[in-house]
Amino acid sequence: MLLNFFTSYAMRRTGAAAVTMAAASVIIFAFIHLIPGDPTYVLLGDGATPEQAEALSKKMGLDRPIVVQYFTWAVNVLQGDLGKSLFFQAPVLEIIADGAETSLLLAGITMVWVVLIGIPIGMLSATRQGTAVDQTASGLAMLFASVPTFWVGLYLILIFAAWLGWLPSSGYPSIFEEDGLYNLRYLLLPSLALAAPNAALILRLTRASMLDVARQDYVRTARAKGIRPWQVTTRHIFRNALLAVVAAFGFTLAGLISEAVVTETVFSLPGIGRLVVQSILRRDYPVIQGVILIIVMLYLTINLGVDLINRYLDPRVELE
Amino acid sequence: MDLLSSWLVPFLKHRLSLCGLVVLIGVILAALLAPVITPYDPLAMDPIGRLQTPNMAHWFGTDHFGRDTLSRVIYGARLALLIGTGVVGFAMATGVPIGVLSVLFPRVGNVLMRLVDLMMAFPALLLALGLIVILGQGVTNAILAIGVVYLTTTARITYSVALRLKAETFVEAGRSMGANTWWLATRHIIPNLVSPLLVQASFVFAFAQLGAASLDFLGLGAPPDIPSWGNMLAESRRYITRAPWLLFFPGAMIVLTAFSLNLVGDALRDRLDPRFRDELANKGKP
Repeated sequence: MLLNFFTSYAMRRTGAAAVTMAAASVIIFAFIHLIPGDPTYVLLGDGATPEQAEALSKKMGLDRPIVVQYFTWAVNVLQGDLGKSLFFQAPVLEIIADGAETSLLLAGITMVWVVLIGIPIGMLSATRQGTAVDQTASGLAMLFASVPTFWVGLYLILIFAAWLGWLPSSGYPSIFEEDGLYNLRYLLLPSLALAAPNAALILRLTRASMLDVARQDYVRTARAKGIRPWQVTTRHIFRNALLAVVAAFGFTLAGLISEAVVTETVFSLPGIGRLVVQSILRRDYPVIQGVILIIVMLYLTINLGVDLINRYLDPRVELE
Repeated sequence: MDLLSSWLVPFLKHRLSLCGLVVLIGVILAALLAPVITPYDPLAMDPIGRLQTPNMAHWFGTDHFGRDTLSRVIYGARLALLIGTGVVGFAMATGVPIGVLSVLFPRVGNVLMRLVDLMMAFPALLLALGLIVILGQGVTNAILAIGVVYLTTTARITYSVALRLKAETFVEAGRSMGANTWWLATRHIIPNLVSPLLVQASFVFAFAQLGAASLDFLGLGAPPDIPSWGNMLAESRRYITRAPWLLFFPGAMIVLTAFSLNLVGDALRDRLDPRFRDELANKGKP
């Protein structure tokens, strides 16, 4: 029975995500047309010959109604054809795939930091509410939420790369190249910089959520039954408080995708984020459009996944 | 006077929030009085005095063109204030009507709020970057791009608070006494939105600082000749080991401003009607 409720929720939630993606794809399609200038020259660059322009115009069906153009584009996208980069003269999807390893690893390591820093300190802060420990942790969390990631990044470079010389300051050779996993050290400083504001957010949330759960009746009952305080904290409070935190993970992970734009630029990492910035500066519009499409898809998928996990953990969750 | 003192109480209770308020007033004064209080012209170059460490003549040192960092930091406050006010103004001027109209006219609201949700399907910075590509670079366009991001959160908050207000008994009473929609909106709903929106404004102002600094840092915000904190940080990158103070001062100003705004926002939220606190706690950030 429970599974049935879950399946029905999952189907409705997935349907809603698909509708949002379809609607978002219209905006992403319109992007090229919103840039001032003829779309064929926007896509081919100013150096294109009239013959090339005509060929592309034919492929995209620019002489046909805009609705037909959208569907032509959408069918191409579904077949993995996101167009061709003006700068690299290569398929956009290939270029994005080249940056995927860096970006995904960066996001993954960052999430590890966020969990390792945010949750334990948040728990500690909640169990010691009002003490100096709590005030220091909460104050620092708020401070770090107000710090630009690139500033943290530049300081990490200054201290750990320039002064101490412990870690590399920029670039990232793949883990599939020489040195293998040891190359992950290149991602250590970027992931810390990216983790700072996000760990602060999770810390505040864990604390608030635990304090909220600690006020519930069942916690009082558990205490009254004589269960040891640490067991009440871990089994009764923490487990329930985790629900809100899991929801925020999706939020954080999805946010990382766009925050990485700045961090990858600071550390000159060959990821998708830096690709966006460079493509904007190079006016490589097909790449910008492709990256936006892929990131929005990822963003919606992550949010969908988190919502489903949350509903699975807590059957009370309903669609908004 | 009562209203003023009720707003001041939370600041007097929390010393940290009071510090935030003082810092904020300081930044505003610095921005307004910049031409009077700066020791040097922020754009005046001095090739002989490049990259000087902080000293008595140049308290914050000089940059690679020999420009006085203190003067540039003070002028940077002007742009920070302009961006913050512009983004908050834009987000409020668009988000509040969308939220209120959506509550008053549910049919229109269904469409409008779905559009807002759709815009929220784009990660914040990416949405801003996409808009910059379409609009072009520059201060005004940076304000618009960041403003659109916060239009969505502002509309969401306005919508959820106004929806709650619409169900309140005093609104119902007004309606049963024959008040029309316009009357209900202007006399009952909008006045009660002021406090939650003031809290939202302080957070948007803070996030606008970080967003604008990121755009400037990426070279997609204010033109490089304008002394903004983000631009100063972008330039300091090349001299990071030779002149670390160039990295410190503009960054510290961004942090101080954003931190103070967050403190002020938290203090305002604490004095807020408890019914609205949850809305702001969960939906204030994109």
